Amino acid sequence: MKDISTNFERGITNLIIGQSGSGKSVFLKCLIGLLIPDSGEVFYEDKQYGKLRPEEQRELRKQMGMVFQGGALFDSMTVEQNVMFPLKMFNPMSSGEMLDRVNEVLERVNLPGVNKKLPADLSGGMQKRVSIARGIVNYPQYLFCDEPNSGLDPRTSSVIDELIQEITKENNITTLINTHDMNSVFEIGEKIVFLRDGLLEWTGDFKSVHHCENEHLNNFVYSSNLFKQARKANLKGL
Amino acid sequence: MTKYSVLRSLIVQEVNDLGVRSVGIIVFISLFIGAVVTIQTALNFSNPLIEDSLIGFAARQSIILEFSPTLISIIMAGKVGSYITSSIGTMRVTEQIDALEVMGINSLNYLVFPKMVAMFIYPFLIAISMFVGIVGAYIAGVYGGFLSSDEFFTGLKEDFIPFQMVYAFIKSFVFAMILATVPSYHGYYMKGGALEVGKASTTSFVWTSIVIIVSNYIITQLLLS
Repeated sequence: MKDISTNFERGITNLIIGQSGSGKSVFLKCLIGLLIPDSGEVFYEDKQYGKLRPEEQRELRKQMGMVFQGGALFDSMTVEQNVMFPLKMFNPMSSGEMLDRVNEVLERVNLPGVNKKLPADLSGGMQKRVSIARGIVNYPQYLFCDEPNSGLDPRTSSVIDELIQEITKENNITTLINTHDMNSVFEIGEKIVFLRDGLLEWTGDFKSVHHCENEHLNNFVYSSNLFKQARKANLKGL
Repeated sequence: MTKYSVLRSLIVQEVNDLGVRSVGIIVFISLFIGAVVTIQTALNFSNPLIEDSLIGFAARQSIILEFSPTLISIIMAGKVGSYITSSIGTMRVTEQIDALEVMGINSLNYLVFPKMVAMFIYPFLIAISMFVGIVGAYIAGVYGGFLSSDEFFTGLKEDFIPFQMVYAFIKSFVFAMILATVPSYHGYYMKGGALEVGKASTTSFVWTSIVIIVSNYIITQLLLS
C-alpha cells in the first residue's frame, strides 16, 4: 500500500471499499495498530499513533470498538460475558451498573433476552449484532467494522447497516466500515474511500458514485446488471 | 495491565483446567507404572545375594527421580500442552486475540501469564504422582508376593537422600514453566486456519517433549553430578 492520504470525520459513516486483495483489511489494521506501516503516519485527532508509547497506544485503543468479520466473540463466554468484557477490564462500574449497560446495548442492537446464550447458539446475524454491542458498550470514540455484512442475507445486511449508521449518529463517533457490499455503499456511504491494488483510487460519497467517471470504480460498483440499470435510471433522472 | 480481579479469576480457571483436571490421569498412570516398575525390578533380581528390600529401594528411586517428574511431564505435554496450543491457536484463527489487542488489552499478559502462575500447582501434582506411584509399587510388590511389607518399607527408607526430593521438585517446577510457555508460544504465533491449529498442537507436543528431555539432562548434570 502507498500514497494513501485521507481523513475520516466524526458522526458520519466512512466506507472503505475495494476488491478482494485491494488492501482494505491491511489498511484497517494499520489504522487500529494491529499492523505497523513501513512508512507514513496515522493520526487520531492530534495524536500521532506511531509516536505514542505502548501504554498510551493501549489507552487510545480503549476508546476504540471493533466489529470483526467473523464476530471474534469469545466462544467460551456467554453473550452477557462477551458484551460485559470491556467494561470488566477497564470500567470502574459496579456489577449492577455493568449489567444495566449490557442490557441497554443488547436492547439497542435488538437482541434482548439472549444474555445467557453462547455465541455458538446464535445465528451469523445475531453474532454480528452481539459483536456490535461489545464494540459500543464502553462508549467508544471510534468504531471499526471489518466487513460486517459478509455471509449475511440482504435483509439482515441492511439491518446491520442501519444499526451502525444510527449508532454513529446517536453517539457522534467516527465509524469506519470495510466492505465490498454495494447495498452498503448506496445506503450508508456518507464518505467512500475506494482502494485499488493498495492505492487510493477515488474518494467521494454515495451520490457522487453515480456521476463518477473513474473506470475502475465503475467496473467495481456496477459489476452487476442490477446496479448498472439503477445507474442508467439515476442518470436519466427517473 | 490486566485488572487484578479479572486476573485472579483467570488464574483460578487455569488452575482448574490445567491442574485439577489432570489429577485423574496422573493418579491412574502413576498407580500402574509404579506397579509395573516393581514387577520388572523383582523379576530381574534373580541373584539370591540381592536382598528383596532392594525392590522397594529401586521403585522409590525410579519413581521419585525420573518417572514422576519427567515421564508425567511428557504425558502432560500431550494433555496440557495440546490444550494450551489449540485453545490459544483457535483464538488466533478466529481473531479473538486481535479483539483483545484492539480493546487495549495486552493479549500475551492476558493469555499466558495466568497459565504460568497456575502451573505453580504442578509440583503438587508431581508429589501426588510420587505418592500414588509408591502405593502402586507396594500393592504390586507385596500383594504380588515378591517381597514382604516390612522389606518394602525397609527398601523405601534405605539410603534416602532428602536432596533428591529437592532435585525432583526443582525439575518439576522447571518443567511446569516449559509446559506453560512452549505450547503458548506455538499457539500464539501460529498462522493459518483450523488445519494449522492441529499441526501447531502436534509441533508443540514434539518441541515441549524435546525441551523437557534436554533440560532434564542439564538439570541432572548441574544438581546431581
